[in-house]
Amino acid sequence: MDPAILLIQCLNAVQYGLLLFLVASGLTLIFGIMGIINLAHGSFYMIGAYMAFALQPLVAQYLGGGFVITVLVCVVLATVLGYFLEWAFYSYLYTREHLQQVLMTYGLILVFEELRSIIVGNDVHGVPVPSWLNGSVALGDVMTYPVYRLFISAVCILIALLMFWVLNRTRLGMMIRAGASNREMINSLGIDINRLFRIVFAIGVALAALAGAIAAPVSSVYPGMGNAVLIICFVVVVIGGIGSIKGAFLAAMLVGFVDTFGQVFFPAAAGVMVYLLMAAILLFKPEGLFKH
Amino acid sequence: MRFILRAVLLLVLLALVLSLPSFASSYYLGLVIKIMIYALFALSLQLLVGCTGLVSLGHSAFFGIAAYFVTLLSPESGAGNMLWLLPGAMLAAMGYAVVTGALALRTKGIYFIMVTLAFAQMAYYVFHDTALGGGTDGIYLYFRPEIRLGDWVVLNIDNQFVFYVFTLACLLLTWAFLALLMRSRFGAALTGIRVNEQRMRAAGFSTFKYKLIAYVIGCGLAGVAGFLYAAKDGYVNPELLAWEQSGLVLLMVILGGMGRLWGAVLGAVALTLLQELFQSHALFGEFASRWHLTFGLAIIALVAVLPQGLAGLPEQLRNRRRSKSISPASAQ
Repeated sequence: MDPAILLIQCLNAVQYGLLLFLVASGLTLIFGIMGIINLAHGSFYMIGAYMAFALQPLVAQYLGGGFVITVLVCVVLATVLGYFLEWAFYSYLYTREHLQQVLMTYGLILVFEELRSIIVGNDVHGVPVPSWLNGSVALGDVMTYPVYRLFISAVCILIALLMFWVLNRTRLGMMIRAGASNREMINSLGIDINRLFRIVFAIGVALAALAGAIAAPVSSVYPGMGNAVLIICFVVVVIGGIGSIKGAFLAAMLVGFVDTFGQVFFPAAAGVMVYLLMAAILLFKPEGLFKH
Repeated sequence: MRFILRAVLLLVLLALVLSLPSFASSYYLGLVIKIMIYALFALSLQLLVGCTGLVSLGHSAFFGIAAYFVTLLSPESGAGNMLWLLPGAMLAAMGYAVVTGALALRTKGIYFIMVTLAFAQMAYYVFHDTALGGGTDGIYLYFRPEIRLGDWVVLNIDNQFVFYVFTLACLLLTWAFLALLMRSRFGAALTGIRVNEQRMRAAGFSTFKYKLIAYVIGCGLAGVAGFLYAAKDGYVNPELLAWEQSGLVLLMVILGGMGRLWGAVLGAVALTLLQELFQSHALFGEFASRWHLTFGLAIIALVAVLPQGLAGLPEQLRNRRRSKSISPASAQ
């Protein structure tokens, strides 16, 4: 294989993996700390992407425009939405069985999808790449690589570093890590677990929406985009081990590479590859790579 | 007294179901057939989820594999013979269940949910991405299979009424089989595994074997539902194996009530009717085309008020009444 093509595929794999990490990290935190199976997490990705599409004209009109501002508005709105949803729906699920959570969050998916269809419609929409990121860099003699994809990777790496810093160096991170390993204990140590849950949930929603918003110019926005990403993110979370951010990162990169190169080498079996990987890993490590 | 009441209730229900074709239009007959197929499908999952404690989110794979089996192996120019197509469809589903079940049962809890999902997705992509079953377009089954001995056609299910009775018979047989199974020693062992697997192992049961057999039986019965579904619509596509389908049938089991066989049937009836209700233009007018919204909200509301599912409702009400009559202050 031509080294330039190989490099391009590697860059694609890294970018896809990093994007998956953004969504999956929120999912694994919600899973690990709050103990909630959140099927609606893919919807937050979808909501982020659709907000990036729908808010662009509004932001241009009232805030002077700009892609970065649009994304920031999306993230802020998603945080508010997450805070609200935790209060309105998810806070009732902590004492319920896992299956009840599956049921209710499945209901939420249906509601979100239909609201999306009512507000924006069922068409596929493109989201323009911002003009200052619209170029491409030359790789080798004939190949080029779009700058915007590099931008996505850069943003994801930045967020990942920020997250590692918050988790490992701040008081909030300490509480989150403690919550992931023993929920009852930190509650009895006087930490307001309900507030912590609400914050973690809002962060998770914001991360998923951010991933959706920055992915929108590449993937365009379409109905059902949330469900597609949801299942693959569950795969990432389970491979990595529930509640482990480090595991989610590693698993996301693994899935990114397997999926991208699966499509290159075995186009007929591309869809199966990721699940094969997951089945293989779980057979040797039944609780994921990094069990909490 | 209670036994007589139950028997009378069952007889009335049976009479109603049997006399239904005489007064229902063909549309409603079709709806009832669909409900019965889903009830069978949900029953087969109840054996895993409610009775053995194996929560599978990949049950649609077995449903779809059986449906594809019938459609692919039926001749194009005439009806296939059910005498080998139905067992064949079940065996195809069970074959996939043996392989994937033996691997998936090494994991537990949420990991088991995800591994079953992964195996179902694998089957989904095989039908979705390869030309085997016509890809995303799906394929048609032109003739419903019939029971044939030599040249003698014993049963032809082309007629909707006959198909209705046939489906009903399949459902009742499955129900009876599972009820007997759960009363047997084997069923008691499954209940034991659900309640406390560690203890069952300590008592000398090879729990893995029991779980695998239960898994294979449940998947084979899902194959019966898949067979009926293909025969009903005469059309299969990869969406039959999609995770949304697994999710839907799992919802039926949870909503109906876990652990009770009739809970699965109740859940299938309730969920299918709810979908139908919210799609009705007469009741919801313009909003009928937005039925996902109302359906989703209804699911959320049902979770909020029915923590034990529909089958647990009488118990829930009884408990509430009791706690009220004992001490109104301590009741929440």
